[in-house]
Amino acid sequence: MMRAFFRVAWIVVRKDLTVEVRSLEILSTTLFFAVTVVLMFSFGLVVDGRPLNDVAAAILWVAIAFSGTLALGRTFERERHNDTLRALLLAPADRPALYVGKLAGILLLLALVEAVLVPLVGLLFAAPIFVNSGYLIALLAGGTLGFTAVGTLFAAMLVRARSRDVLLPIMLYPMTVPVMIAGVRGTAALFQPTPDLAVAMFWIGLLGFFDVVFVTLALWTFDPVMTD
Amino acid sequence: MSSDFDRIAVVDVSRHYGRRKALSQVTFTGGAGDIIGLLGPNGAGKSTLLNILATLLSPSRGRVEYGARTATEAGADIRGRIGMLGHDLFLYPELTARENLVFFGQLYGLDQAVARAEAALTRAGLAERANDFVSGFSRGMRQRVALERALLHGPRLLLLDEPFTGLDQASTETLVNRLRECQASGAIVILATHDLDIVDGVLSQAVFLQNGRQVGEPAPGTGLRQRYREAMTR
Repeated sequence: MMRAFFRVAWIVVRKDLTVEVRSLEILSTTLFFAVTVVLMFSFGLVVDGRPLNDVAAAILWVAIAFSGTLALGRTFERERHNDTLRALLLAPADRPALYVGKLAGILLLLALVEAVLVPLVGLLFAAPIFVNSGYLIALLAGGTLGFTAVGTLFAAMLVRARSRDVLLPIMLYPMTVPVMIAGVRGTAALFQPTPDLAVAMFWIGLLGFFDVVFVTLALWTFDPVMTD
Repeated sequence: MSSDFDRIAVVDVSRHYGRRKALSQVTFTGGAGDIIGLLGPNGAGKSTLLNILATLLSPSRGRVEYGARTATEAGADIRGRIGMLGHDLFLYPELTARENLVFFGQLYGLDQAVARAEAALTRAGLAERANDFVSGFSRGMRQRVALERALLHGPRLLLLDEPFTGLDQASTETLVNRLRECQASGAIVILATHDLDIVDGVLSQAVFLQNGRQVGEPAPGTGLRQRYREAMTR
């Protein structure tokens, strides 16, 4: 049973990555957008080579949220274009497995974006990204999973809505505010001149809690919301 | 319990979107080897009914029976006995014809998905274009790949939404022949179409829909176009 579940999820991830490797459409637009956001903020918020307090953490998460929204929209726009999402839903596979496949594909894309984004933020905002890097990776992984878990569900729900581009951020951002706050505060604790690991651990734990709640709810609701 | 069935019954099916009635009290039955046409103008509810039959939508009232069970009772396995060809073809343009078929074969959990895909491409007359991206295909070629995708798992119930749109005469004849093969193999084919002249003589039953309502079928004996005209003016 679980083997079949993960087999379906893997088939969907592999298909999404094959399509993306050939077009590079989502990766290039998302990366370009994220880098532009960070560069623009760096011109405004770094004075005489010194950034304002905690600004690096906020900008990193703003870039992740905006580029993540872009990636979610584009991923499901691709499924909408030839109505292939309906074809996926027609398969006799567990629908939550389809959700996990789409989620994993978007997570991989965002991980690639973050692999460029984090060093760029470290460089432009003098953020100590290599000190306590394990904590930073845990925060990024937890925050990105929480954001994407909700986003994948909403983007799939809205795929046939006319105002999907407007509705996705309106629905997604209020729901994921706790994740963003946890990400920003945890990252800010790490980027201080004297990193506060206890505070970072607290936010990592909270992100883990959000992830469990959001992923469970999404797995539970994906099938009914996609049927009607 | 097997998920196969040899009879489908649409019983008093209605579907509402808020206060708008997309479909109202539609009833018909079909058995193995039947080709049933859903005929009506745009907005008549044909696609809504196809989506309900495909289990992609739930009826607001009434039920669809696949053999003795409804979709809810049968669970996800019932979808393995249903094939659908939508107006938008359900193919990934960035994948080759072979990759599309292998992907869906694997998603359906078919044994030897690659071999089945090869055989399907041969049936579609596209074996030599198997490694070409679908984005470079003509509408007729894409339609052939899409039909094979819908038939890859040997469905009992085949649902087709406007399958003749954009096809030239040769492609239309190929599609009609393929439908007759499905009929001979015991599939139940339900298609929504405006191309009355093409399906005249092919259908074993016609369901006329207007504004979501089923309108009575005029007595057979005249051509399908004449019967359609009579049904719509009642």
